[in-house]
Amino acid sequence: MPYPLNLTRRDFLKAGFLTGGLAAAAGAAGVAGRDLPFGQPPPPTATPHNHVGHGGMGTVGQVDSARNGFDPMALLQDWDFGVVSTLPNGQTLREFRIYAIDKEIEVAPGVFFPGWVYNGRVPGPTLRCTEGDRVRIEFANGSSHPHTMHFHGIHSARMDGVPHVGAGMIEPGNSTVYEFDAFPFGCHLYHCHATPLKRHIHKGLYGAFIIDPDPARHPEDRQAASSRLYGTPENQAVNEMIMVMNAFDTNFDGENEVYAVNSIAFAYMNTPIPIRPDQRQRLYLVNLTEFDPINSIHLHANFFDYFDHGTTLTPTLRTVDTIMQCQAQRGILEFSYEGFEDGLYMFHAHQSEFAELGWMGFFEVKA
Amino acid sequence: MSVDILRRRALPLWASALLPLVALGLMLAFFAFGDPLAAFKAHLPPVETLSVERVKVTPAGFELTVVNGGPDTVTVAQVTVDDAYWNFTASPSATIPRLGRSQITLNYPWVEAEPNTIRLMTTTGLTFDAEVPLAVETPTLGWGEFLRYGLVGIYVGIVPVALGLLWYPALRRLGRRGLGAVLALTIGLLVFLLIDTLLEGLEVAAELPSVFQGISLLLFAALLTWLVLVVVSSRRPDSAGGSPRGMYLAGLIALGIGLHNLGEGMAIGAAFALGEAALGSFLVLGFTLHNVTEGIGIAAPLTSAAPEEAVPTPRTRMFVGLALLAGAPAILGTWIGGFAFSPLLAVLFLGVGAGAIWQVIVEVGRLLQTYARRDGASAVSWPNVLGFTLGLAVMYLTALLVKV
Repeated sequence: MPYPLNLTRRDFLKAGFLTGGLAAAAGAAGVAGRDLPFGQPPPPTATPHNHVGHGGMGTVGQVDSARNGFDPMALLQDWDFGVVSTLPNGQTLREFRIYAIDKEIEVAPGVFFPGWVYNGRVPGPTLRCTEGDRVRIEFANGSSHPHTMHFHGIHSARMDGVPHVGAGMIEPGNSTVYEFDAFPFGCHLYHCHATPLKRHIHKGLYGAFIIDPDPARHPEDRQAASSRLYGTPENQAVNEMIMVMNAFDTNFDGENEVYAVNSIAFAYMNTPIPIRPDQRQRLYLVNLTEFDPINSIHLHANFFDYFDHGTTLTPTLRTVDTIMQCQAQRGILEFSYEGFEDGLYMFHAHQSEFAELGWMGFFEVKA
Repeated sequence: MSVDILRRRALPLWASALLPLVALGLMLAFFAFGDPLAAFKAHLPPVETLSVERVKVTPAGFELTVVNGGPDTVTVAQVTVDDAYWNFTASPSATIPRLGRSQITLNYPWVEAEPNTIRLMTTTGLTFDAEVPLAVETPTLGWGEFLRYGLVGIYVGIVPVALGLLWYPALRRLGRRGLGAVLALTIGLLVFLLIDTLLEGLEVAAELPSVFQGISLLLFAALLTWLVLVVVSSRRPDSAGGSPRGMYLAGLIALGIGLHNLGEGMAIGAAFALGEAALGSFLVLGFTLHNVTEGIGIAAPLTSAAPEEAVPTPRTRMFVGLALLAGAPAILGTWIGGFAFSPLLAVLFLGVGAGAIWQVIVEVGRLLQTYARRDGASAVSWPNVLGFTLGLAVMYLTALLVKV
């Protein structure tokens, strides 16, 4: 046995215990398999409405949404269509005004994160337009640091929102305009591309950018395109939601302490999302988690079709219950709880650590 | 004449004593209301420092004693256990003032013998971790536990010292040279204990919130103990009266060793609280062997170097008393360590132990010198250096049994 002399006497006492503890555990294993309590009836069909406890796991208290200035439940369907007008050439013009500010966000009950945010919220506004629209974003920087807006989409280099190109970094007190045609249709995102990039993203400067397909451009799949285009009868039959997977490194040690979708830990666990079983569900999912290479989503008791990046009208994956996304990867999940019993159906990252650090929620299916 | 003028102008005593206090009060008021240092902290977040003093593992979960050692009030907003948010209650409050304390209770299904990391998250998002090295139920106060811990104290404290004292008859037969070497051995043993106590104290002091200034506390406790012992020994009627010098010195050595064993008992008790009975008899046996040498150290000055001193054989009662003085504190130590471990208390006790041992080294060294002078020889002789080395070596080698 080697003698690590730098160990203290107390360390040894601990080590002495370890061997004893293992022996005890081995002994206990022998008991398993006897006298197991089989024969219990299943619980009644209707799940009792009980969101507290969860076996002790979870945060303590409530986040003050009014103080934050945004409510996770409202955020699910808070689309920003911009100010719409028609250009002389007949093209639809959508004008958005986005500002960056420094703002403290309560990311878990009582835990305040010194964020940098677009339009006072994290994630920033969910910008939504239609394929082929002219998009004009006036960006003003009211923060204490230089920022940009970098869109995932097709645009010129000048409009890329990166340092040293085009308008480059937008200094505090300055503003610029980003303008491009909305292509390709899909579920996209935007984020600040100022350096250091890692910090500018994890501080909260990001949001979803959804380009609905124009059915006129997709005659071969008109039905599917119409269903995706906001406001059509086919679209109104679908319940749409946006979730941005994000996380916060509250102690700035390069690892996240709080995980969530739409910023607030366990928001949809403490207040489950109401779901009608007769409605098809469409979930726009974007991953903006910093520090961790991937994030994921898993639906309980159900399967979904997945459209990676949302740039196709036919699923890229069919009948799966878990998908993963690297940072900036995104996609659309389509599923339904038709014919399901009423009850709480869980969804969460299937990295258990992320789930138990806040990225966990419930769909409450109720006819 | 000028002196006279000064005297007439001088304020009455009470006023001149009060004047600096009034000035100080004015300055405090200026700082409190004027905030002249605002420029330094305008946009800085509060400084937060939390220390978890103790983690108690209960059948239901964990109970943490949290101390705020920082300058500002801190609120514990959330708690995670092994990277999972967990419900908790705080008593009296999750908001802890400077130097305040709070008890945080978590219901948690811990797994026997597996480690856990409990993380406290404050309002500002800062985190402070507490480790449960191996989850085992912390012993609760009960007669059975009390008795078991007491027994461990007896095994590692009283038994070895008593065994060591059994060498007394053999020591008596040693010649003068041999006796010098045995005294030197005692010094070697004491030097080992001094360093061991200090290092242990430094280690515990480092775990204290910095506001308590653990290392200063340790050193001051040592210094004051030493001073008290110096005063006590200077008032002793020199080798006159009922108690001969040998007996006095043996008592002093026993006291010093007893204080060291108190600290050792605390470390053992605290570790038992982490691992309870699983420690095994091997370790207890190790401590017993390690501490046998202490008995020899106590017995050494009881043997007379000079035949003319004609020390009468001490009574058995005396030996029992010495064994208790040196060994019994280990029992008290295991109790404190097991049931009410406080790093602050541990630092104080270890400091007291170090101070006492230092004074004992001085006294034994003086005795050794007296003997050497009578023989017209140097105290630093080959037999004595050999004895000293042997004392260090025996302690070092037997320590291997308990350090691994």
